[in-house]
Amino acid sequence: MTTTPIRQSVTVTVNGQEHTREVPTYRTLVDFIRYDLGLTGTKEACSVGVCGACTIELDGRIAASCITLAVRADGASITTIEGVADGDNLHPVQEAFINHGGFQCGACTPGQIMAAKALLETNPKPTEPEIKEWMMGNLCRCTGYYQIIESIQAAAEAK
Amino acid sequence: MNDFAFHAPDTLDEALGLLARHGADAKIMAGGTSLTTLLKQSLIAPSHIVSLHRIRECAAIEASDGTIRIGGLATQRDVELSPVVKEHAPLLAEAYRRVATVRIRNVATVGGGIAQADPAMDPPPSLLILGASVVAKSARGERVIPIGEVYADYYETTLEPDEIVTELRAPAQPSGAAWTYIKYLPRTEDDYATVSVAAIGRAEGGSIADVRVALGAVAPTAIRASVVEDALAGQPATPEALREASQAVSDIVDPTDDPRGSAWYKRDMSVVFTRRALEQVLGAA
Repeated sequence: MTTTPIRQSVTVTVNGQEHTREVPTYRTLVDFIRYDLGLTGTKEACSVGVCGACTIELDGRIAASCITLAVRADGASITTIEGVADGDNLHPVQEAFINHGGFQCGACTPGQIMAAKALLETNPKPTEPEIKEWMMGNLCRCTGYYQIIESIQAAAEAK
Repeated sequence: MNDFAFHAPDTLDEALGLLARHGADAKIMAGGTSLTTLLKQSLIAPSHIVSLHRIRECAAIEASDGTIRIGGLATQRDVELSPVVKEHAPLLAEAYRRVATVRIRNVATVGGGIAQADPAMDPPPSLLILGASVVAKSARGERVIPIGEVYADYYETTLEPDEIVTELRAPAQPSGAAWTYIKYLPRTEDDYATVSVAAIGRAEGGSIADVRVALGAVAPTAIRASVVEDALAGQPATPEALREASQAVSDIVDPTDDPRGSAWYKRDMSVVFTRRALEQVLGAA
C-alpha cells in the first residue's frame, strides 16, 4: 500500500452544474457529494446500500451513493435532493411530504423523496402495494411509514 | 478502504488485457454493489480494480432456438423488466425481481451476481433448475460452464481471476409446466432469504411428468434437490407423496445460524417451503 493515495480526476454534472475534482480512488460517491461538493442533503446512514438514505439519481436511475465509487461517476449526470425543486418552487413530492407529514426527524427524507420521485416518473399512478414494494428499500427509523405512503399517493393525485 | 489503481476500460478486450496483466492483484467491478461493500469493510484489498461500467458490450437480452442469452453486464433490473425473459423464462424474471431493492437492481449486473456467489441470492435456485450455463471469457479464451459447476462454496466460484462472465444462457422454460419461486422472509421485504425454493412441475393424468426443485440460502451454495425429484418422478401427484418427498431435503441442506434464523429452524423451513413449492407446481395443495 502506498502512503500517498492514488488520485483521479472526476468530472460530474450534478443538478445541471459541472464539477471537476481530484479524489482518491477509494472515495465513495456519497462522500464526494457531501465533502468535495458540499452538497450535504444526501445522507449516509447504513453505509452498505440497505437503508436508502444516500439515494441519488445516477444517469436517470436511482442508486445507492454509499456503495458507488466516485471514480465510477466520472462523466455521469447526477440529481441530488438539492436539484429536485425548481428554484423556489418545491417539487410536488416535496409539497406532499410537507402537507401529509411524510417526515419526522428528516434524516431519511432526502432519500425518501428521491425514491418517491423516481417511482412516480416510472409509474405515475402507483397502487398502495406498488408504493410499498418500491419504497421498501428506504428505511425510516421514526417509523413514519403510513404518512410516507399517504404523501406519495397525494403527490400522484396532484399530478 | 485500501488504496488501489482504478481502471475503466471502454471495451471488453481492453478489460481482458488489464486482467491478463494484473492477474490475482486485480478485482473485477461490474455493478459494484457487492464489491464496494467488501472494499469498505476491508474484506478485500486489491491493488487494481478493473471497472466494467464503460463497456457497452455484453448487455443484450435475446432468445433464439429455445435458448435465452443474457449479457453478463445486463443489470438485474433489465432482466426483471425484459419482455423476452418474461415470455421465455418467467421464473427468471421473478427471481431477479426479488433481489434486494430497485436501487440495487438498477446497478447490480447478472454477471456480477454470479461471480459474487452469495448462496442467499435469489437467482441461483432458478438458474439451477433451468439448466443455465455461464460463458466466461479471458484473454486465454472462452469457456461455457454449467451453473452448478460455477458455485464452489460461500462466495467462491470456479471462475479464474482473469475471467469475466460475459453471458448467462438458459434453455427456455418448458411451456406447459407450472413454476414458482418462494422467498421466505421472516424479517423485512428487502432482506436476503432465510430459505428460498424454486420449482418447476408438470403433472399429466395425475402422475408427475416433470419436477425440478432447488433451494437457496441453506447451504454453502444453492442446491438442487435431486433426491426429491427422483422420489417423485412418475409418481402420482398426491399430497402425501409431496409431503413425504419434501422430508428428504432435511438431509441435503447444511444451513448456518445467523440473524435470518438458526440452523435447525432453516432446516425445518426448508422442508416446509419445499412442500409448498411442490404443491404449487404440481397442483396437489
